[in-house]
Amino acid sequence: MMFGYIFLGLLLLLGLYLWSLYNGLITKKLHIDESWSQIDVQLKRRSDLIPNLVETVKGYAKHEKTVFADVSKARTQLMGAGNPMEKAKANDALSGALSRLMAIAENYPKLEASTGFVQLQKELSDTEDKVAYARQYYNATVMEFNVAISVFPGSVFASNLGFTKKEFFEAEPSERKSVKVDFS
Amino acid sequence: MAGFVAFVILIMYVTGELSGYGTSFIWIGVFISLASCIGSYYFGDQIVIAMSGARKADRKKEFDFFTVSENIAIAAGIPKPALYVIDDTAMNAFATGRDPEHAVVCATSGILERLDRRELEAVVAHEISHIKYYDIRLMVVVAVLAGTIAFVSDMFMRSLWFGGNRRNRDRDDNSGIFLIIGIVLMIASPFIATIIQLAISRNREFLADAGSAELTRNPDALVRALQKISKDTEVLEAATNATAHLFIANPFKGKSSHAWFASLFDTHPPIDERIRALKAM
Repeated sequence: MMFGYIFLGLLLLLGLYLWSLYNGLITKKLHIDESWSQIDVQLKRRSDLIPNLVETVKGYAKHEKTVFADVSKARTQLMGAGNPMEKAKANDALSGALSRLMAIAENYPKLEASTGFVQLQKELSDTEDKVAYARQYYNATVMEFNVAISVFPGSVFASNLGFTKKEFFEAEPSERKSVKVDFS
Repeated sequence: MAGFVAFVILIMYVTGELSGYGTSFIWIGVFISLASCIGSYYFGDQIVIAMSGARKADRKKEFDFFTVSENIAIAAGIPKPALYVIDDTAMNAFATGRDPEHAVVCATSGILERLDRRELEAVVAHEISHIKYYDIRLMVVVAVLAGTIAFVSDMFMRSLWFGGNRRNRDRDDNSGIFLIIGIVLMIASPFIATIIQLAISRNREFLADAGSAELTRNPDALVRALQKISKDTEVLEAATNATAHLFIANPFKGKSSHAWFASLFDTHPPIDERIRALKAM
């Protein structure tokens, strides 16, 4: 009789623990989704700014066709990318193409002085900040979630409850190349 | 903080014992100081904005201020606070509002002009850390407790004149010593309460500096901003004693003395000490 009650009590405790574990993990997962949508918004904002920028630069530097093609290709890739890793990779590629575009712009003083270009540049670098901060926040939420499902005792139940580790928003480590500056 | 609450309870206990009224009138004290603080809690943001004569920030005109605030809010995971500008050439900024949903960040036009984008970002991150960690709520609670102590000790001193401790008179002679200790404690308690209140305020400044570094990952920018602010000797006219603890740096620019006694009464730690803490990060 006595043991029966103790057993029942333990079962109840375990149930309560699983309940709070599940709710806690779901909350963290929702945080991740929310912070991911913030990154999405900012990436969208970034790709929306690009046609304008390209048009402005084209007005002064028609001949730089390859760079324009690179930029719009990178932009299309970013808009088509699905999971966090693909998006991070496409975003990095776009950054590379954009920095080439900006380097070209330096050869055209009239372009650099135009108010439209200056404003676009400001908006663009602000959007890059926003992507960086959204990514910092997203990675922090992913980190929190991954830690929660990896440490004992949560780790025992997390996979049974259907929780798996989430990806960080970053290109694969092997993809990251050191930046080479060419002064020739 | 816990020490502060314990101190309040001690004062209340001593008062209750000595006055013979028990703890009943302490609740009057709590009630009155609570009422005055609830006002500042719910309407504090509007009151402060109205008092300092601030205007709403404009995305076009204050592009950097506006956008870095958006960005830091993203990094902190809170909604973008309402942004205001005080047209004053002194360099300062403050945050207010009871929770992240009702938060306000306000900067002077002087600080907006003289800091670059990264420095401004660090300053805004300092203010947003105050918001994120509910420092404004904390300081309101502390102010309620300090106000309660002031009220209680005042009531006690008055009750002595009118012979309030009737019940104690029939007890043994120990109550005489107890009474003297009580009077000394009562006279000192408002000062002690203020000193603790200011110590908490200084402590939160260090925490907000650390929070800024965590958000921007760039403590050097805050160091540069603080250096620029400390070189600026102008006094912000819109600041009052009641709002001084909200600003990023002491708005009165009193000589921040390192004598321990005088520094007990500062709302902010000395800037060079803050810079040293940031450089150690």
